[in-house]
Amino acid sequence: MNLEYENSFEIQGGNFQEAGDISVFIKKKLQNLGVAREILRRVAIAVYESEINIISYASKGIIHISISPESVVIDAEDEGPGIENIELAMRAGYSTATDKIREMGFGAGMGIPNIMNCSDKFTITSELNKGTHLTIIINISNNDAEKNR
Amino acid sequence: MDILDAKCLVGRKRLNMEVGTAFSADLLSDVLAFAKAGSLLLTGLTNPQIVRTASILDIAAIILVRGKIAPDETLRMADELDIPMLSTRYILFETSGRLFMHGIKGCVEKVGSDTYVTL
Repeated sequence: MNLEYENSFEIQGGNFQEAGDISVFIKKKLQNLGVAREILRRVAIAVYESEINIISYASKGIIHISISPESVVIDAEDEGPGIENIELAMRAGYSTATDKIREMGFGAGMGIPNIMNCSDKFTITSELNKGTHLTIIINISNNDAEKNR
Repeated sequence: MDILDAKCLVGRKRLNMEVGTAFSADLLSDVLAFAKAGSLLLTGLTNPQIVRTASILDIAAIILVRGKIAPDETLRMADELDIPMLSTRYILFETSGRLFMHGIKGCVEKVGSDTYVTL
């Protein structure tokens, strides 16, 4: 099985119609590569939440995904307002969502906690009025693959 | 379907399945955080995102509560992503309770205190 893949996806802020496109695409990709269900679910959720964050808050962003036999690395980088208080953003239920975002059913304040919960390794850096950068690593190991069958 | 006096909007052919768990919410982020694969999703949301979210989580079927009928866009996506969609006139509480009485359990009973980092 050739478990190597790399791609970058551009995202426009405010484009709620397309939220989830990248996630659905990557999930199919991993499925075809034979990755365990639980792993592809975690990747799909992390990518989806990242897409929603960029669409909700930033003017634009890029999600870079690289898949190797060991892990899936997701880099989500945006040009946007940045996060003023990262510690608060990491707290379940904390949200700065606008009415427009909430109307779509988002903005529950679970985005970043949920991404952290899906990650084996998670880093976040943010600069006010510049943007936010998330790095999410999800391990693919044979042990996990066995366990979740 | 009889329990909920529901009508099927999409995926009639796939309705003959066994389901043991469900999750009810009107916040997609909560659905993403807690819903489990193979569960029913009960919601009052009708936008296309609900279908994408369901697809990402391998949700068995979506039940729209409070008599909601999804817009064509949403129905098309449900059809495309192969996710059955039902609509019931019961409210969310009533729908959940009726399913519970028929043996459907919540996909998590309670959220763990250590699920999320609290700072």
